[in-house]
Amino acid sequence: MIHDRCLNNLENEDLEIRFLLEAIFLKYGYDFRDYSKAHMKRRIMHRLSLSELNSISQMQHQVLYDRVFLETLLNDFSINVTEMFRDPPFYKTFRQEVVPVLKTYPFIKVWHAGCSSGEEVYSMAILLKEEGLYERTQIYATDFNVEVLEKAQQAIYPIDDIKDYTYNYQKSGGLTSFADYYIARYDSVILDHTLKKKIIFADHNLVTDGVFGEMHVIICRNVLIYFNKELQNKVFKLFYESLRNGGFLGVGTKESLRFSDYMEKFDTISENLKIYQKKFEA
Amino acid sequence: MGYRAIVIGSSTGGMEALRIILEVLPKDFPVPILVAQHISSHSDNYLAKFLDNVCKVSVKEAEEKEKASPGQVYLAPPNYHLLVEQDGLISLSVEARVSYARPSIDVLFESAAEAYNRDLIGIVLTGANSDGSRGLKKIKECHGLTIVQDPNTALAEAMPRAAIGATKVDYITPLTEIGQLLNKIIKGKSGDKSGYE
Repeated sequence: MIHDRCLNNLENEDLEIRFLLEAIFLKYGYDFRDYSKAHMKRRIMHRLSLSELNSISQMQHQVLYDRVFLETLLNDFSINVTEMFRDPPFYKTFRQEVVPVLKTYPFIKVWHAGCSSGEEVYSMAILLKEEGLYERTQIYATDFNVEVLEKAQQAIYPIDDIKDYTYNYQKSGGLTSFADYYIARYDSVILDHTLKKKIIFADHNLVTDGVFGEMHVIICRNVLIYFNKELQNKVFKLFYESLRNGGFLGVGTKESLRFSDYMEKFDTISENLKIYQKKFEA
Repeated sequence: MGYRAIVIGSSTGGMEALRIILEVLPKDFPVPILVAQHISSHSDNYLAKFLDNVCKVSVKEAEEKEKASPGQVYLAPPNYHLLVEQDGLISLSVEARVSYARPSIDVLFESAAEAYNRDLIGIVLTGANSDGSRGLKKIKECHGLTIVQDPNTALAEAMPRAAIGATKVDYITPLTEIGQLLNKIIKGKSGDKSGYE
């Protein structure tokens, strides 16, 4: 029989993580139980190593009694690595393949799910503006993390990132100079405030909240990779139900409908860049 | 049960080292191989294409929630961490760089150690940093098999040296012999890994 420390520890840690996530769900309603296990374990062990706590079980106690510690964990669990015009070819293809269809609509509803600190929402706003569509667009930018939503609303970003963003913008088929869209002050930039005009920022949790409108476009990039397969399917269902016939879905370049239950319900606009179109239902 | 997976970490000089190892493996190599090679975040998938062309085993970039299958080599995509879930599905992540690296070898190795425990082989190759040593230590603690490229045969010796310093590795092997060593171990032990139950 194997009863060595490593395997025994792993088994116990898995149990402790289940209890911790269950505790967070029961107490606060945030549901991380169907997130990728490997990912959650990394995030939890990382927090444990930074804290004074000795075990995941202690962490469970802490989170039940300390709302501030919950906020810390929520920040740990939501990965807020993003950039403007991330994966420039995605935006280029969006301009070429999706925009011509959008131009045929009198108004356009865009849902950016899991928008984090907003860099990609503003990228889309710039793109739609340049294509003459922004005035008839409503963008809903949502995230479960209220702290990053506030950052998104401020639209203030470190000036050090602007070089990369300018490069991305140019590669994405941008029509003017990226410098037209921000004002630099000290070590930050603030984006042109007119970009915010058609954006509504709202607290929405993909795991626990439902459909809230009929969308022409849903963008959700590098969020699904942190979910397990069952939860990915559940969210694809939510997106499917939230899209009108012929509506577009854009996910991260390494995310795919391919291993999901919803592949047949979409046409593929770009397999490489993961842009899909909901099929017309009879 | 035998070995169920191999993980490889490489950095500076890794492209050539991976070619030398992978090209001696047969097409129907019976376990999946997962690779974290440090690479510029702006790269395309040329490394996968190159290795796939010169090797008999199939080589591709890992895809999200794909099952890690035998006879297939999975490379971490540039700018993504590669992790394995306990059910053998692949997860990608864009969380912060670990020791300046994304993909990080430690991230791959630690998740694989948890997924495969003793049924895992971990290999650290050439590189000019110390990524992979923490992960290799974890593999060893979970009773997996550890192999490090002999630093004298490495283009950059810091990474193999750090790995050797971090844990008592099972094999320190010249680059040109690692492929054959894998063939021997997998042939001898796969399906017949006795001695621990």
